[in-house]
Amino acid sequence: MNLKPWIAIAAISLSGAAFAQDSSSLSVEGEALLTETAAPEHMENVDTIYSGWRFRSGETQALQTDDFDNPAMIFVDKGIDLWAKVDGTEGKSCSSCHEDVADFAGLRTTLPRVEDAGLVTMENLVNECRTERMGAEAWKYSKGNMTAMTALIGLQSRGMAMNVAIDGDAAPFWEKGKELYYTRVGQLDMSCSNCHEDNYGTMIRADHLSQGQINGFPTYRLKNAKLNSIHGRFKGCMKNIRATPFAEGGEEFKALELYLASRGEGLVVETPSVRN
Amino acid sequence: MKNVLGAAIFAALIATTASAEDVKPMEVAFVDGTVEVSLTGKAGDAAEGRKVFANRKQGNCLACHTNADLSEESFHGEVGPPMDGVAGRWSEAELRGIVTNSKMMFEGTIMPAFYKDTGYTRPLDDFAGKSILTAQQVEDVVAYLMTLKEE
Ligand code: HEC
Ligand code: HEC
Ligand code: HEC
Repeated sequence: MNLKPWIAIAAISLSGAAFAQDSSSLSVEGEALLTETAAPEHMENVDTIYSGWRFRSGETQALQTDDFDNPAMIFVDKGIDLWAKVDGTEGKSCSSCHEDVADFAGLRTTLPRVEDAGLVTMENLVNECRTERMGAEAWKYSKGNMTAMTALIGLQSRGMAMNVAIDGDAAPFWEKGKELYYTRVGQLDMSCSNCHEDNYGTMIRADHLSQGQINGFPTYRLKNAKLNSIHGRFKGCMKNIRATPFAEGGEEFKALELYLASRGEGLVVETPSVRN
Repeated sequence: MKNVLGAAIFAALIATTASAEDVKPMEVAFVDGTVEVSLTGKAGDAAEGRKVFANRKQGNCLACHTNADLSEESFHGEVGPPMDGVAGRWSEAELRGIVTNSKMMFEGTIMPAFYKDTGYTRPLDDFAGKSILTAQQVEDVVAYLMTLKEE
């Protein structure tokens, strides 16, 4: 597929709206990328859900509106290189078996999902191919090769609505994720909900609190100039409240990821997004 | 990973500020969310309290409260109410209660308890068994808050 400048985006600022999040709208190649929508039924305390993009400054927002300017795209290019790179004892690359990465369109919107009674994330799927089909070593969960690949695969779903299954086999995992979301942890004794549900739209020191949505991951952060995984972000938030984070790729974070994905139901994939 | 020397110095600092006569975190006596007596038995130092209020590693109260008296500091959060004139709204005993453990005054609040050292879930090892502020720092902050009167 063509990964070069296929996107021209304009940030149109609507004035006068009295929302805590700003009222800019994001459009890709003349096509609007939805950054707010009605909250899914299961969310009891929130009426409208917003993309984290809506809470960033104008300058940060602008970086995501044009793929030439989007600093995450360098890493997507690295993902393209990795896609074609032979690795492991079987002498294969991803492209040996998967004809076109564009075939993964829609995959991001449905993850994590249940397989063989366990929850699997995109990182798990990639590593399963590496270890079981290529005879290659697993990539570290949040390190550069992995985030480059999840950015490339996630990008194929850009503009498509988040739509994870939360019933049936997924229900127990979803319930566990919900419980974690509302549990206070750390010396500062806060839950994810204290900041991202009760106080989104307000400033916490220099940061404008968003709803903590995950539709833009992996995200490029200006703070560390690289792509950041979903679990890496969870870890950062836990450490900020002086809590011992759960393991990246572990059961707790996978359950939390499923629950958060479901809180973004209807928002569209923005991978790779840009944040401060 | 950790700076051992830094940790040792930090421990030494704590030792000089936490005195044996201080009321222990779990022994603080609350009456309707208020704490009548000084945790150190002495009055706090308002100038020190002003620093603790702003310091990101100590009170970091500015994360959530705007405060016109600290206008030289950039980035005041707005999660909680402004601190301007707070001494006119609350008594010293009420402020001591709020800073010590605001959950005794405001049920379910996001505001951390600053003088409580047990009952936390998964605290980072470096902070396990410790309160965010020392008794002295709580008293300093309370003394500082008492200076925030409406003009
Ligand atoms: C030896 C062949 C082979 C190689 C090499 C390979 N895969 Fe796969 N991959 C598969 C097969 C087979 C499946 C399962 C397809 C299915 O279940 O429909 C799969 C599934 C996937 C899935 C899940 C797709 C879905 O819709 O559930 C992802 C993502 C994926 N592979 C990524 C990669 C990446 C990235 C690489 C390179 C690092 C790679 N694969 C290398 C054969 C391969
Ligand atoms: C003390 C407040 C606080 C708590 C508690 C907190 N976070 Fe955050 N979180 C932030 C701040 C500040 C940011 C950066 C600004 C923003 O997007 O809100 C952030 C960002 C995020 C983001 C990135 C959003 C985006 O658009 O890229 C996610 C995801 C997230 N948090 C998840 C969590 C989870 C899960 C928890 C619970 C384990 C949690 N947070 C707890 C303050 C908090
Ligand atoms: C994570 C955010 C947060 C932090 C950090 C924080 N507070 Fe608060 N504070 C609040 C909120 C929210 C309230 C309102 C009470 C409630 O939850 O209903 C509050 C209320 C107060 C009040 C009562 C104010 C009034 O006018 O009613 C005082 C006094 C106060 N805080 C002092 C402090 C001090 C001193 C610190 C630092 C040692 C601090 N706070 C740190 C969030 C915070």
